[in-house]
Amino acid sequence: MNQQAPSSAAGLPVNLAANPKLSSWLKFSADGEVTVSPGKVEIGQGIVTALAQIAADELDVEISRVRMVRASTAMSPNEGVTSGSLSIQQSGRALRHACAEARHIFLTAASDRLGVAADALSIQDGTISGPGNVTTSYWELADDVVLDRDATAAVMPKPVAQRTLAGRSTQRLDIPDKVFSCPRFIHDQVLPGMLHGRVMRPDTARAKLLELKEDGARAIAGVVAIARDGSFTGVVGETEHCVEAALKALQKGATWSQAETLPDENDLASFLKAEPSEPVVIDERAASMPRVKSRTIARQYSRPYLAHASIAPSCAIAQWDADKVRVWTHSQGVYLLRADLALVLKLPIENITVEHMEGAGCYGHNAADDVALDAVLLARAVPGRPVRVQWSRQDEMTQAPFGAAMVIEIEADLDAAGEVVDWRHSVWSNGHAARPGRAAQPALLAAFELEKPFPRMISSNPPQANGGGADRNAIPLYDFPAWRIASHRLLTMPVRTSALRTLGAHGNVFAIESFLDEIAAGRNEDPVAFRLRHLRDERARDVIRSAATRAGWKPERRPGVGHGIGFARYKNTGAYCAAIAEVEGDQDIRVMKLTLAADVGEAINPDGVANQIEGGAIQAVSWALKERVRFDQQRITSASWSDYPILRFSEVPDVEVEVIQRSDLDPVGAGEAAHGPVTAAIANAVFDCLGLRIRNLPITRDSLIAAMELNK
Amino acid sequence: MPSIRFRLNGVDTNVDADPDRSLLDVLRGSLAVTGAHFGCGAGECGACNVLIGDRAIASCDTPLWSVAGKDVTTLEGLGTAKRPHPLQRAFIAEQALQCGYCVSGILISAAALLKRNPSPSSSEVKEALDGNLCRCGSHNRMVRAVLRAAAEMAAG
Ligand code: FES
Ligand code: FES
Repeated sequence: MNQQAPSSAAGLPVNLAANPKLSSWLKFSADGEVTVSPGKVEIGQGIVTALAQIAADELDVEISRVRMVRASTAMSPNEGVTSGSLSIQQSGRALRHACAEARHIFLTAASDRLGVAADALSIQDGTISGPGNVTTSYWELADDVVLDRDATAAVMPKPVAQRTLAGRSTQRLDIPDKVFSCPRFIHDQVLPGMLHGRVMRPDTARAKLLELKEDGARAIAGVVAIARDGSFTGVVGETEHCVEAALKALQKGATWSQAETLPDENDLASFLKAEPSEPVVIDERAASMPRVKSRTIARQYSRPYLAHASIAPSCAIAQWDADKVRVWTHSQGVYLLRADLALVLKLPIENITVEHMEGAGCYGHNAADDVALDAVLLARAVPGRPVRVQWSRQDEMTQAPFGAAMVIEIEADLDAAGEVVDWRHSVWSNGHAARPGRAAQPALLAAFELEKPFPRMISSNPPQANGGGADRNAIPLYDFPAWRIASHRLLTMPVRTSALRTLGAHGNVFAIESFLDEIAAGRNEDPVAFRLRHLRDERARDVIRSAATRAGWKPERRPGVGHGIGFARYKNTGAYCAAIAEVEGDQDIRVMKLTLAADVGEAINPDGVANQIEGGAIQAVSWALKERVRFDQQRITSASWSDYPILRFSEVPDVEVEVIQRSDLDPVGAGEAAHGPVTAAIANAVFDCLGLRIRNLPITRDSLIAAMELNK
Repeated sequence: MPSIRFRLNGVDTNVDADPDRSLLDVLRGSLAVTGAHFGCGAGECGACNVLIGDRAIASCDTPLWSVAGKDVTTLEGLGTAKRPHPLQRAFIAEQALQCGYCVSGILISAAALLKRNPSPSSSEVKEALDGNLCRCGSHNRMVRAVLRAAAEMAAG
């Protein structure tokens, strides 16, 4: 299995090869600081701290001397999008190499200055010293050493054993600001002369604005401009208060066309299977010695559309200066957003600067990019002045892309002993990616609403080689002798979808791990033993064994309590995670406890990894038990927290996480490892507890009743 | 425009504003105090919580007139990096957040709890924080942090 992040032909990590200039990654200053500017961004996952650890380690400086700057198209290396749990793998590796090379360059310069051979020098907290008490430092040499040169593959980073910081838990650099309310969030930024903006979106699906009476809004004190282009309409004013009032007035004066029809929320499976779709066979394996099947079982699983439902509505600031525009955003990819803005504005990319600023937790492609275009369009009405646009909670819940609904069918041929001899997995779903910056057309909401609209982007799936989309984790890791894995991507998209944490892995792992449990139960075999018997990869077996040991598998049977397990290796190439759930319930299910074990390769900041695994696990409980985007024929109806409830403090289970440290293996992301395994573990625990197989998420009282009916 | 007086983080404050405006809007928009965050504007998430007297209240759902003469505390008033509140210290020690957008409201709810119940059980903490949503799944660490702060305060 490929353990290393890919390297370019020249032997450099890919992101360094693409951005070879060392000075774009780091700069030293005479006053004792090193500035590190990765192209990846903080989305609440603690990456900035992990990258600071790597830099401090490789350079031999205290972490307090490392100043991390936010990504900006004005200066940062272009590292694409911060997503898919690749950040630490890609950015970390590139940064480590860049720092190793910089360190070497400084050692050479120090050797010249001190007249001591470079290999006789050592570095401690930036001070370079050699025999006979000669010393200099990064800071002394900063002005003379030129990092404005391309990285070579000549210098290798330190061996693992010499790293002192990476691999140890370190306090996150951003946390103090957040508990002391020092504004880091874009929402809290106030720029000189800043105005506020709001955009009016139709209440019903994709309705077009036919007529607009603006007088009511114009009459409100503080309103500076009303901008309209086709159905896109927004208002700019001196305060949030006045633009909110103006928005209400605009809504009153608006006449909209008929909505487009949405599918039946209670029969998503039929809808997904009936729509025109593009079928692809993802993987096929033929048995070398076909075994005789004695029967076939088939099951269908589904998950609904899921909302990102970030705790903060999306926000952006934009400011025009003649034909140049500057944008502040919590987008996951500043360069990608810039590319889409250039398409919409028909401007060269040089005219657009996009700078990252932290937003609330981001779990994929939410409305961050959409609101950036909104801000750019509104700011155009007030040249020279920054305009801050914030979405409403309602728009955040109804207009942003959702995680795609999925239906998954698995058929297994079993031999007389109930062992799998053939396995067929098919998934129907919209694509799981419609990110900006990757196509000839923009992916931003307002672009579809303009007088001369761009076509609505239909989501696609990343290729399986990059982890896949709807088919992510559809290929089992188990050693079944034969299989056929197929994916059907919908060619229509009545409900907007794009990348949500784990893409299709959540649905596929839920389906595979549920079905596996059923097959093991059919053989009267312990589900942990069954899995171990079918896995060859020792790292996979280790996480399962660790979780099982920690949970005391299998805990004694008690009435009203059930236990279940789920396992996956995220993307089949990323983090390994096993989860054991303990649930309690009769009419409603409560998850009481989750025990997880994870292997992310080298855990740079083990406490940070545990924090992310735990966060993912808790979010997965919320998805599994509560979440479902609701709609009627005309509109998305889950527009508020009461219509789209998420897990509350009183419902959160105890969570134990064991991180298996593998210092010699490249780090991979932790943020998406737990969702599939936890969801499956809960469903399997529900079966253990109630004898009911819930195959349609979420697991609610209604789905328990439906399963009971089916059992009769 | 009528003028409304209240104490904000211990300081006498006077605002000339429409008394029906929400306290959150006044804090952020007129007074440039950004500790309370906007999450939903509908009293459903707790991101905007502030202390009014000793109680945690959603400021998005609180009209300005209703705080006339009262004591309002936002996260800024709880403590500072130099003089942290035990809760702030505990949240750092437990690394009790992911993105932290929800945390300002959660610290406020926790502060209100510790005022009325200095040694809560973990289920009492969960109950007190039940009106605060966290989308990143940092709940358990936050509960631990609140218990840690309570223990620290009890030890003096
Ligand atoms: S913003 Fe006030 S409760 Fe959500
Ligand atoms: S830490 Fe992100 S919402 Fe709570």
